[in-house]
Amino acid sequence: MDKKNKRIYLDYAATTPCDPQIIKAMMPYFTKKFGNTSSVHQFGQEARIALEKSRRFIAQQLNAKRQEIIFTSSASESNNTVLKGIASANKDKGKHLIITQIEHDCIINGAKWLENNGFQITRIPVDKEGKVNPKDVEKSIKKETILVSVMHANNEIGTIQPIKKIGRICRNKRVLFHTDAAQTFGKLPIDVKKQNIDLLTASSHKIYGPKGAALLYIKKGTRIDPLLHGGGHEWGKRSSTVNIPAIVGFSQALKIYQKKRIKEYQRLEKLKNKLIKGVIQNIPNVKINGNVSDSLSNIVNFLFLGIEGEAIAMHLDIKGIAVSTGSACSSESLLPSHVLKALNLKPEEIHGSIRFSLGRFTTEKEIDYVLHVLPEIIIKLRKISPF
Amino acid sequence: MYSKKVLDHFRKPHNFGKMKNPDGVGKAGNVVCGDVMQLYIKVGEKNNKEIISDVKFETFGCVAAIATSSMITDLSKGKTLPEALEIRKDNVVKSLGTLPPVKIHCSVLAADALAEAIYDYLKKNNKEIPLELKKRHKRIKKEKEIIEEKYKGW
Repeated sequence: MDKKNKRIYLDYAATTPCDPQIIKAMMPYFTKKFGNTSSVHQFGQEARIALEKSRRFIAQQLNAKRQEIIFTSSASESNNTVLKGIASANKDKGKHLIITQIEHDCIINGAKWLENNGFQITRIPVDKEGKVNPKDVEKSIKKETILVSVMHANNEIGTIQPIKKIGRICRNKRVLFHTDAAQTFGKLPIDVKKQNIDLLTASSHKIYGPKGAALLYIKKGTRIDPLLHGGGHEWGKRSSTVNIPAIVGFSQALKIYQKKRIKEYQRLEKLKNKLIKGVIQNIPNVKINGNVSDSLSNIVNFLFLGIEGEAIAMHLDIKGIAVSTGSACSSESLLPSHVLKALNLKPEEIHGSIRFSLGRFTTEKEIDYVLHVLPEIIIKLRKISPF
Repeated sequence: MYSKKVLDHFRKPHNFGKMKNPDGVGKAGNVVCGDVMQLYIKVGEKNNKEIISDVKFETFGCVAAIATSSMITDLSKGKTLPEALEIRKDNVVKSLGTLPPVKIHCSVLAADALAEAIYDYLKKNNKEIPLELKKRHKRIKKEKEIIEEKYKGW
């Protein structure tokens, strides 16, 4: 492989490229069918039809009703709406919310904001593989608990959570259950009824759709206040002129993904296992963060002892390979990943962690190339390291 | 994000590795923050003055940490001890072109590690330690304690 020109993207959990077919489907909604969905005239109604068609299709995939889906701009917005909207609308019942220690930053920091504003937050720990024990959730639920939020699968380590069980516990205790499915929507089967889900977050740009579109499923009858007040769009739950092109792209992305879902899942699993096997066989002092068997087929997080992740990621980048790291050095806050901390890793272990996330355009050749260049990089950095 | 010069030093660091029987060793940084630098010096003589005749580094850290370590070995090699003590973070940053603001602390660590290595040499050999270096050693020690306290939970 020509390493000078070839760029290999292995950061699909961060975002994905937009499928050209999807862009094509979006185009008319920028130019010809540009109307505002709130307008009564034909331009507006054209856009409205496209919006409701997209909504109906997405709702069907979740086994939800059309009216239970609202569109937002991002998974972060959906998650913020859940935390703040549920807290605000249900504070007469109680002011206690439960999350886990490994949620995405938007839940972690949203919950912190609520805490600073008079709510109580319980943060459920995980085991060393990143799994939440449903019994811990059950024990943490109090009379005042109004929401439990547990992500479907973790973005850094890929571990899949037993959300159906947690959902059942919440249902029995009459507490609302939210799951952040940003990493799983489209990839794993989701049925909000069977899995006892009251609120669910999903995003477009993780499944080859455009950025700027996401959704929030809100079970009928759920009391929730909007984050954005205004003209009453999305049944008053999210005012803002509707981003029709992005939403059309979102539903199109799901349609395309669903067609090949199972095959693609298995293909990525094979590639991931090849990567794991190759790394373990060829590099000493390496561990896998999280759970190998019960994790997403496209995410694997390695820990290379004695060296630092940003340095590894940069050497890989020089070779044309794009990955991400949980090291503090690569973050604006200079704090190591809270997810890896929750696995009880030591700071020096967290700093040496690298996430590979595979996707639609990942090939076996690319994995071979990674396995070819990675051992040299690790040796080189270990030579420099005092550990 | 990183200048070409930073990346050059990162890709091909100068003077890295362990030194056998060093005259002085300086350590800076904290593993919790993700950077640990260890600097080894050998002290020789030139025109009746003590100079850093050889210097090596070992660093656990990010791109900037490795580049600043490499740069400080270049800057200090062959310098007299008083000259070497004049090398500060600004000299390191300037020599590398630029560093992202969030990474400036790496250049501080590099300068600190060098000062600590010289301190270690002077102390081990019962030589007079300049007052300013004594103060600097105290500050570095104190900062290490503060960081350890701050990140206790990690």
